[in-house]
Amino acid sequence: MPTLIFEKRVDDIPKWLPFVTSMGSVIIAFVISGFILWLLGGQPLVVGQYFFEASFGSWAVFSDTMVKATPLILVGLACTVAFKMKLWNIGAEGQFYLGAFAASLVVLVPLVPDGTPKPIVLLAMMLMGMLGGAVWGLIPGYLKAYFNINEIITTLMLNYVAIQWNNFWIFNSFSDAGFQMTPSFDKSAWLPRLADYARQYRFLSGMTLHLGVVIALVATVVVWWILARSRWGYEIKLIGDNPLAARYAGLNIKQNVVLVMMFSGALAGLAGMAEVSGVVHRLQERISPGYGFTGIIIAWLAKLNPFAVIPVSILFGALILAGREIQPSGLANMLQGFILFMVISSDVLLRYKIKLVRPTVSHEV
Amino acid sequence: MTNPYAVEMIDIVIRFPGVLANDHVNFTLKSGEIHALLGENGAGKSTLMNVLAGLYKQTSGTIKINGQPVSFNSPKDSIAVGIGMVHQHFMLVPTQTVTENILLGLDTPRFILNLKKYDQKVLELQEQFGLRVPPTSKIWQLSVGEQQRVEILKILYRGANILIMDEPTAVLAPQEIDELMMTMRSMTERGKSIIFISHKLHEVEQVADRLTVLRKGVATAEGRSMKGVDKAELARLMVGRDVIFSVSKSSSEPGDTVLQMDNVSAENDKGIPALKNFSLNIRAGEVMGIAGVSGNGQSELAEVITGLRKCRGNIKINGQELSNQPPIAAIKSGVAHIPEDRHHVGSAPNLSITENTIMKNYKQEPIGNGWTINLPKARIHARGLKEQYDILAPNVRIPARKLSGGNLQKVILAREITTQPSLMVAMQPTRGLDVGAIEAIQRLLLEQRAAGAAILLISEELEELLTLSDQITVMFDGQSMGTLPNDDTINIQQIGLMMTGTSTN
Repeated sequence: MPTLIFEKRVDDIPKWLPFVTSMGSVIIAFVISGFILWLLGGQPLVVGQYFFEASFGSWAVFSDTMVKATPLILVGLACTVAFKMKLWNIGAEGQFYLGAFAASLVVLVPLVPDGTPKPIVLLAMMLMGMLGGAVWGLIPGYLKAYFNINEIITTLMLNYVAIQWNNFWIFNSFSDAGFQMTPSFDKSAWLPRLADYARQYRFLSGMTLHLGVVIALVATVVVWWILARSRWGYEIKLIGDNPLAARYAGLNIKQNVVLVMMFSGALAGLAGMAEVSGVVHRLQERISPGYGFTGIIIAWLAKLNPFAVIPVSILFGALILAGREIQPSGLANMLQGFILFMVISSDVLLRYKIKLVRPTVSHEV
Repeated sequence: MTNPYAVEMIDIVIRFPGVLANDHVNFTLKSGEIHALLGENGAGKSTLMNVLAGLYKQTSGTIKINGQPVSFNSPKDSIAVGIGMVHQHFMLVPTQTVTENILLGLDTPRFILNLKKYDQKVLELQEQFGLRVPPTSKIWQLSVGEQQRVEILKILYRGANILIMDEPTAVLAPQEIDELMMTMRSMTERGKSIIFISHKLHEVEQVADRLTVLRKGVATAEGRSMKGVDKAELARLMVGRDVIFSVSKSSSEPGDTVLQMDNVSAENDKGIPALKNFSLNIRAGEVMGIAGVSGNGQSELAEVITGLRKCRGNIKINGQELSNQPPIAAIKSGVAHIPEDRHHVGSAPNLSITENTIMKNYKQEPIGNGWTINLPKARIHARGLKEQYDILAPNVRIPARKLSGGNLQKVILAREITTQPSLMVAMQPTRGLDVGAIEAIQRLLLEQRAAGAAILLISEELEELLTLSDQITVMFDGQSMGTLPNDDTINIQQIGLMMTGTSTN
């Protein structure tokens, strides 16, 4: 019987290997899902094709995929930043809600007078969105830094507080005729969409992709720059890798915990702003179908690389979109689960070399 | 016919991924002898013995115990044939008594623990081998030497005839070492056989009957009799070249006082007083050695000076008060720190060599540039240090965890020296390093002394302190037992006594 031997890698991992294993994991996840579908009497290839059509089949649906990917990129970045410092912020969902809430206040209160030019309204909404998310990050960050309270618990719990907070204000103050939503915002608070230019360019009609995607891409570059090139990024990496060494090097760890949680929250809050201003154009109950939680998976799959967050977010955006199109809708969730499972399992290939050894009499040289 | 050998390890090869830890090594242990296994760190001593203790399996080769071939699949098999290992790090339950620790994991007593009866049994065993330690004491109340005795008793109680002792003297004070050696002798007189792992030549000379030397996994001496072997020859067998034993120290005129500590007290992590009214002065261009058995307040001393621990009392560096300031304040006033734990405090294991070398100067030009870090400049800086300090690494982009202990220590030292410190706090700077690296590190410290830095050298190696220090302060139980000038009048016996708390005024 030949046996499999796992040998710990001592040499460097080849640069291409993480990419290949991640891609391989996604493919295997699709194959397994297809197999299950086949067992249940479905036609995997037809479903697969439908899946693809529904998310990448035309420019119009690809635009929809990108609309889904936009908040995912931002929350993925939010988690990436926090995870780099080994701060387990699983509160991006709540920070997203607070971002959406605070950005909406600009219109609902209103914080800017009627007739304010669109760019200024949008800028105010962005700032408020980031502020809302940052405050929701500040609370667990401060508790972690100064009272050593586990951020996993506080961020998780604050998610539910945030959802109820939104509901309270929606129903209490801003409800549209008693429904679980506010009235639609004035057009000046809408992020420009591709469809807005359909009069000049016919092919853009119906495309819902909005300026938020540009915000997300810019944020990606900013996060990359901070992590890879800035002094602060160096401090984040140092604290993340070895807090004792960071303290020894004279870094203020408490302050950085608070700042990083706020930055992470601000990114998630920006995602909330993009969603209310770019997609639904109002504040409503259940504004997020769990983007904040998906962001955790995305950051992990992207191996905390900001640029890798983009393709991973597009994949998950496509899954969300396709999941709405096909029945049973749980199929997309199953696929997500398999992908995560496969990618985490594939880590073993990065850490070990696997050899097939046939039982021969071994001669030592 | 009786077999003279308790242990025969024949043609042992142990291979780990990428490493040949033992390369066709032969090792024999006669009944009733002390056989020293000598070698530098990473020479493969512990690996070889872990195979004998059943923790690893050899890739090839045969092991015979009392003439019978054996194959161990777990430590249980090894214990069953009478082999016991005293590990370097004790495996005791601090809140339980000596007897309870000895009985832990055994099948008898099964339900009813008649401790009194077993206390008596433990006492009898102690009498036999002269290993005295009160059976009803809790482990946490015992000194390190006593805890070691419990470890040995644990093994004897399980009926071991072959004892493997992994660097047993590393944690002991001089007097305790002497006692241990006597114990080892009395055990062999009663028919036990002992394998004594060490890298300290003088101890091996003192106690062993025969020795085997390993160097990079190869036995350079196999079962040599101790008769007619001298220290210099042993060192050559260990490192493969002649070792210069003393790094030569030039004379120097100390300058102004750099560090002034007055009545400093501090608690350790458990809240127990660890530093008690400790006062110390160090002048520029002077090496102050701190002698003492580890755990007598040395770590806390280094930490209060570098701002890592809160304290009471005054700590002045160049006249500036630094007690209870954050670490950055100490760094800014010119305190460099070689921490005790180079892996967990001194470096960030997954960051590159470059990122590790800029830990203290990443805010300064040309590496720090306002908000940004100039990566090309940082790499040039790191490459320069790699060249200058002879750091062996393929490039400066590899993570620090891939460096050997000696090279990692050089990275840390290079980084700290670059800050041009006025006070260098060096805690165990050469612990666990091979002879070549020790020499390099000691040279660098003396260069700092010549450059006018005040150096606080905390070490457990008396030899190192005697080589490098201008003065030696002995610490015991968080207190200073006195400061001696390190000249011809210094009396090692006296330092040993002071280390164990005996005042010698």
